[in-house]
Amino acid sequence: MPAHVPGHFLDAAPLGLVLVPLLAAAVLFLSQRAKAAILVSVVSAILLSSAGLALHVLAVGPMRHRAGAWEAPLGIGLRADGLSALMLIVTALTGAVVSVYGAGWFRREARRAEGRFFWPLWLFLWAALNALYLSADLFNLYVALELIGLASVALVALSGGAEALIAGMRYLLVSLLGSLSYLLGVALLYGAHGVLDIQALGALTSPGALDWAAMTLMAVGLLAKAALFPLHFWLPSAHASAPAPVSAILSGLVVKAPFYLLLRLWFTAFPGLPSEATGQLLGVLGACAVLWGSLHALLQPRLKMLIAYSTVAQVGYLFFLFPLVTSASPAAGALAVDASLCQLASHAFAKAAMFLAAGNVMLAVGSDRIEDMGGVVRHLPLTFFAFGLAGVSIMGLPLSGGYVAKWLLLNASLESGQWGWAAVAIAGSLMAAGYVFRIWMHGFGQPQPCAELLPVPRGIQLSALALSLLALAMGISSEPLIRVLHAGGAFG
Amino acid sequence: MSATILFSLTGIALFFIGLFHLIAREHLLKKILAANVMGSGVFLVLVSLARRTDGPYPDPVPHALVLTGIVVTVSATALALTLLRRIHKETGEPTLSEDGRE
Repeated sequence: MPAHVPGHFLDAAPLGLVLVPLLAAAVLFLSQRAKAAILVSVVSAILLSSAGLALHVLAVGPMRHRAGAWEAPLGIGLRADGLSALMLIVTALTGAVVSVYGAGWFRREARRAEGRFFWPLWLFLWAALNALYLSADLFNLYVALELIGLASVALVALSGGAEALIAGMRYLLVSLLGSLSYLLGVALLYGAHGVLDIQALGALTSPGALDWAAMTLMAVGLLAKAALFPLHFWLPSAHASAPAPVSAILSGLVVKAPFYLLLRLWFTAFPGLPSEATGQLLGVLGACAVLWGSLHALLQPRLKMLIAYSTVAQVGYLFFLFPLVTSASPAAGALAVDASLCQLASHAFAKAAMFLAAGNVMLAVGSDRIEDMGGVVRHLPLTFFAFGLAGVSIMGLPLSGGYVAKWLLLNASLESGQWGWAAVAIAGSLMAAGYVFRIWMHGFGQPQPCAELLPVPRGIQLSALALSLLALAMGISSEPLIRVLHAGGAFG
Repeated sequence: MSATILFSLTGIALFFIGLFHLIAREHLLKKILAANVMGSGVFLVLVSLARRTDGPYPDPVPHALVLTGIVVTVSATALALTLLRRIHKETGEPTLSEDGRE
């Protein structure tokens, strides 16, 4: 007999968030006859349950669910707190808009075959992402991590060209290396403490050699998957050679999943371990990522490579959280948490919008060379408007989510006295302005004399715009999301 | 108890041997095999940990984890082998080099 009586439909929400997309993916593998109906119901079910879960966490606090009422360690425990709810909502919003875009993108004759496999793989990935954000124990997190990796690799290789296949293979090998390193860490921890539940581990881990080794193995594996400098080498080709909706999902959502897990380990599983030196090291790697990624973005001749290198840079900002939470000032730590999660959400929206807009430009121009983009703005005003708004957020200009994130980061780094992070953030924003303006300059420039621009469906133009408006909304009102984040006390 | 430590250390050694070859080898099949050696190393650590206490029965949890882990690794290997075949077909070379002779 389970300890609590299920009396509320929300009790089933965590399980549903994993099972519904998983089942739909299996059905779509077999037959796509009822594709539209299935997709509409799955997407709306995920949106509603994520929102419901967030409201529940806000009102009542963290939520636990034991699948099939089995106790740990036999059963699968799910747990949702504010951090989980935030990740679920960001994933649901981005995922819903990208799904609308995908419906338009894969409707074209030439992409029908890709489209057949896109839908089951994407729903599979969505289920795995939700599972990661809801899992309460280290081993289920490993399984979710591996499912995310496998589904993402298959999506990268979707187009079947040599470039995409090689990028997918490299991604798969890095992803396997990452998850096996993580799993070895889990094995060491289980050997030392005999538990897998993250909350329970928090009380048992201590700064001994074994726990340090386990934490290092797990962290290195996750950093490789999150593409933090210098382990970012696989990201640009993988994200750039995928179809546009896949690039948006990978850059917007998938690289954030291992970062989320790193936060969980840092704050919940190893609360006593991370030292100031660890924090500084992660911060320095983040700073290198910002500078290195932005520099390469400035030099890319191809639009999607530029956007992918910008992801390398923007991921770096997330890691400024670690040196700031280990600083002496608790106020700076709290600001840094808000800054990092705000950056995570607004980058998810803005970067997904950019990749979708880039897909539209490629449809119209027929290539993704930035030089060929001349005059696109007159042909695709909506797409370029979306690109502009997303660029504003990536640069961190006022009235955008990126601005709020960078403003919080500046405050946190001044508060802690570590102003170096602020300097890197400002340099990164200036370089971002450089590469965003480079695209605008070509878009507003003279069209190629013999170029013929193809029409682009309005629906997929509007989806790109919708995502960039979400990034803007993060700037105008980021407070509700930050309130959700702190509900349930994920950060001690 | 000492058997546990011996097997665990062997597992950790296998993990790092696999890691080295995953990075150092160029042939993709060797890379895939190296990843499998890494995985086997981790599984050996887990299985040997099941015997870390002196009770009459070994701890069943690591066994359950290894079974799940094997399923995951088999799927990953299958995906990797499929990608390898497609890459070989497209570029004529079983490597990650992008300038494959066409």
